[in-house]
Amino acid sequence: MRCIKNRIEHKGSGEVTLCPDEPEDMWHAYNLIRPGDILRASTIRKVTTEQDATGSTRSQRVHLNLVIRVKNLDFDPQSSQLHVSGQIMNETQHTKIGQYHTLDLELNRNFTLEKEAGSDGEGSGWDSIAIESLKDAVDEGGKRRAEAIAVVMQEGLAHICFIGQFQTIMKQKVEMSVPRKRQGGGDHDKGMNKFFKVTLETLLRQMEFNTSVTSGANNEAVRPVLLASPGFVASGFQKYIQAEATTTTPGLKRLLPSLVVVHSASGYTNSLSEVLQSPAVKSLLADTKYARETKLMDDFLEQLRKETNKATYGPREVENAVDQGAVGRGGGVLIVSNRLFRSQDITERKRWVTLVDRVRDVEGGDVRILSSDHESGKRLEGLGGIAALLTFPILDEDLESDAE
Amino acid sequence: MSRHRIKDVGYEDDDYYSDDGYASPDPEEQEFLQQCTSAVLSQLSAGQPSVTATKEEVQEALWHYYNDIEKSVNYLRGKKEKEAVKQKPKAAGIAVPAFPASFPTAHFSAADFFRDCPWLNVPSHRKAEILIEPLYPRLGLLGGAPENGGKVSKLAALAAARKKKEGEKAPTPAGTPDASSSPKPSHAPSPDPQAPLSLRERLAASGKSTSKLSEGSGLRRLGKSSSSSSSSSSAPKEPQPELKSPEPLPEPVDDSKAESEPQETAPNIRASPSTFASTIVGTAGPTTAEPSHLHSNSADLLKLYGQDAEPFDFAAPSPDDVVLNAQSTAKGFKSNTSKSAGKKGQSDLAGGMKDLSVEEKVTVKSKNLDVLAEYKKSNRKRSANFVVIGHVDAGKSTLMGRLLADQGAIDKRTLDKYRQESEKIGKGSFALAWVLDQGSEERARGVTIDIATNKFETEKTAFTIVDAPGHRDFVPNMIAGASQADFAVLVIDSSVGKFESGLKGQTKEHALLVRSMGTQKIVVAVNKMDAVQWDHSRFEEIEQQISSFLTTAGFQEKNISFVPCSGVLGDNITRRSEDPHASWYSGRTLIEELEDSEPYTHALEKPLRMTIGDVFRGGVQNPLSISGRLDAGSLQVGDQILTMPSGETAMVRSIEVDSDLSDWAVAGQNVVLHIANIDPIHLRSGDVVCRPSSPIPTITTFTTKVLAFEHLMPMQVDVHRGRLHVPARISKLVASLDKASGAAIKKRPKIVAPGTVARIVVEMDHAVPLEAPTRIVLRSGGSTVAAGLLE
Repeated sequence: MRCIKNRIEHKGSGEVTLCPDEPEDMWHAYNLIRPGDILRASTIRKVTTEQDATGSTRSQRVHLNLVIRVKNLDFDPQSSQLHVSGQIMNETQHTKIGQYHTLDLELNRNFTLEKEAGSDGEGSGWDSIAIESLKDAVDEGGKRRAEAIAVVMQEGLAHICFIGQFQTIMKQKVEMSVPRKRQGGGDHDKGMNKFFKVTLETLLRQMEFNTSVTSGANNEAVRPVLLASPGFVASGFQKYIQAEATTTTPGLKRLLPSLVVVHSASGYTNSLSEVLQSPAVKSLLADTKYARETKLMDDFLEQLRKETNKATYGPREVENAVDQGAVGRGGGVLIVSNRLFRSQDITERKRWVTLVDRVRDVEGGDVRILSSDHESGKRLEGLGGIAALLTFPILDEDLESDAE
Repeated sequence: MSRHRIKDVGYEDDDYYSDDGYASPDPEEQEFLQQCTSAVLSQLSAGQPSVTATKEEVQEALWHYYNDIEKSVNYLRGKKEKEAVKQKPKAAGIAVPAFPASFPTAHFSAADFFRDCPWLNVPSHRKAEILIEPLYPRLGLLGGAPENGGKVSKLAALAAARKKKEGEKAPTPAGTPDASSSPKPSHAPSPDPQAPLSLRERLAASGKSTSKLSEGSGLRRLGKSSSSSSSSSSAPKEPQPELKSPEPLPEPVDDSKAESEPQETAPNIRASPSTFASTIVGTAGPTTAEPSHLHSNSADLLKLYGQDAEPFDFAAPSPDDVVLNAQSTAKGFKSNTSKSAGKKGQSDLAGGMKDLSVEEKVTVKSKNLDVLAEYKKSNRKRSANFVVIGHVDAGKSTLMGRLLADQGAIDKRTLDKYRQESEKIGKGSFALAWVLDQGSEERARGVTIDIATNKFETEKTAFTIVDAPGHRDFVPNMIAGASQADFAVLVIDSSVGKFESGLKGQTKEHALLVRSMGTQKIVVAVNKMDAVQWDHSRFEEIEQQISSFLTTAGFQEKNISFVPCSGVLGDNITRRSEDPHASWYSGRTLIEELEDSEPYTHALEKPLRMTIGDVFRGGVQNPLSISGRLDAGSLQVGDQILTMPSGETAMVRSIEVDSDLSDWAVAGQNVVLHIANIDPIHLRSGDVVCRPSSPIPTITTFTTKVLAFEHLMPMQVDVHRGRLHVPARISKLVASLDKASGAAIKKRPKIVAPGTVARIVVEMDHAVPLEAPTRIVLRSGGSTVAAGLLE
């Protein structure tokens, strides 16, 4: 995402003009835009006019620049589309103030987002979290690492996932019934071959891989493809692709160097974390946010396992720990899922923003905001969306009692 | 004009009869009827309240009951008894024509009497006065069962209601006692039973009714010789209402007219109309050329009734008759035909829809066996399933290959072939394992990937081997195998270093898993003893370590046994070792230990449950087959089964128990079901087969009491139950529990330490067929984190 114009004032109100240029930018926009904000974007609106004399109607689609006050957001991660609906605030030839409209944000089309600092408590303005996500969203130098594609599979089951910087999208699931091995039956091998065939077709379709030989001329970079499975399924799949490349579809040869076979415990997306931690993948995706987040979660769970009481999770428990000053300088880390900031309820959002600000500015602790659309974020979700590594052990017996 | 009318009606009638086949009684039917009649009569007289009935009554009853002798007897008896009770009033009713005797004859004026009664529309209160109780109760259509015998069938109720209605509405053709047997009883009730009948049955029934009718005619003094004589005969048999006057009406009026119709040339022998008749209707009409001096009078009279009709002719059907006919055609017959037509239409439509279906439905006839009784008397050999577990490369498959080879379950030629082929790829030592490792990948890599089942028999027991993979990646497959087993054989590699690494690896995990899945008995085969020169101290060391571990895992001391053996050589497996170094061992061989197992009981009486282990094509004749072990209940060929969570039904075409065809199967058996009428897309391994009548519930969240093997916290796990393998997450740690008492020690713990028992809530993304009590295994990141019982 490129920042075209930035006019954020100190008090927290102001507007930015952004231009999304990658599908993932829609996810950023989804995190930035909150209900109550003012959004300006160009759009197409179907305008229906009524002929006075006859009562017949005529509808036409017109290009408009509309300003709306956001009411609702609808994000489709599979196709990376963001629909923002709200009430129109500017009057045009075709629209009236107060009419409803849904803006579909489009790639390479600017939109302007204005947040109002609520002196009267309306809206939260550009708070620290919003500024941070804006920084995350704006990728000035184009340094962003290419993402990877992971195929997590087991016999008869494959999940094709796109691992991005900020989110993991489960693109497609391939499920087939593969006959088990039987006495004197060759059905298993046949079934596996069919399964590989379908999986490969699906994978190529998802990554929009052109299998024709000539298309390799432009030498576009192929994203790394991680093949992960328990046992020998992944290596079998790799072999299958190699065989296909040498026999039927030579275009696949360009894909071969980017294949990486790693181990995973199962064919479900649960085991993605294991995939991301494998040494082969770490070298590939060393500096992605994902890898850092995964590491952080592992550290946290390790502390939890050791039962040192230096790790805690759950909204109440973490707030309690912060109150006691345990999430401070010298190792205190607050881990928050960004789902908490997406809350429709402004007071809820404010609660977490305040907590984050307090830890960062007052207590001097570290704050990590995990993407809820990553596997590590999902693990955090299981713990209530918020967790903390503490500087000193806290026994939370008292909390037990009032939780009753 | 009137002539025209006669003809019209006549044709109609004609059609009506011939349509129904009344005119052609079937001689066979007749004979059968006679037989039934005599049977009924004899039963009636033989029965406790001995009653007598006329032949006609009996036949009537038989006809109504479709020749059901028993019901007819029942009905007739009931009726006769009732009749006997009210003999008196009835007799009176018959003796005195229902018309009020007190009617003042002297003052009789037709005009007066019928002033408020327009033709064809006699008010109902009038009708009631002249209604005569029919000869037999009309309600008895299907009420043959004893009156107090429960509720009336729907059809009977409907018939009764209709009868009642007709009784009210019908313009009392039964003015005279003679006419009580109007065509109505034969027409009106008949369509009712006919509705659901096929055409053939209908023909037969009408044939019967015709015969009955003709037989009954004489008795009922219908005054006509045969029902086959058309309109003219049926028309005048109903004297019109006016004739119901107390004055005795000369019968010949009817008769002569009836006769006169067909043969006009015959000499006119009939008497002139009675004064009354002449007065009331004028002359005899066109058929009789005799002039009447009353003609003009009658016309006037008729005008009095508001009917400026032409002189009435007795040859035509009486107005009442017309009404009656019309009604019976409209209400009784027509409505019924239309109804039956409607029904037929519906069924045709349904049939048509069925024909539209592309699928070819296979129907298999169920033998309706009492499976449990069959099972009890089948006297099968004792059977036992055991799973072979242990760390990877402990020699599980080889040991079992040896067992099968020595037991003769696998022939020498095959074995030689395996030996040759395995040597060709440089894995000669894997020859025996190839007996069970049939997969090409398994053979190439020398690792068991999926479970393999095989069977062999000793004199006492039929065994089913489930050979489980030892590699940690295939623990899900091993869980599937263990869920099919009654007891376990733990294979341990005794060679130096291997035992130790195995203990850390899957030896422990497998043992814990089989224990947590409910296995009580475990046989420990200390394998590869030849590699350590049958070192006694090594064996003792292993025995000591393993037995202490197994007892802590929850196995009872008496259920653990140890056998030192060598799978490659076959020592101490089916035969004693001849190696002098092994002479210290005097215990039982592996096969003896296996035979020592007690018979296992299974939940035969419970509703059917079977977890699908595999879905495959069973061959040309069986395009779709599923295999698995019946967890509970029983099954037979032809049964309808339901697969969950898809909720689709299928039909069991045939059953294989231990690869032999069988008509039935019970819990505990490993079966292959060849099924039909289902799309394979609805079947996945891990699905549960049950009966449509008692389906297994599908759930997305459950509470379970688990024993933690590793730290538990809210996290993502995989849930395993047999072949079922689904992703899930622990959403809540409810409490950690005391191991012995099960009482909560700490509520809402943050984390559950290994070795503790806890109650947790697990959520899944998709609905999964699970029901309490069932044993589940939770795994995460490739290791087993907990095992427990669903609550």
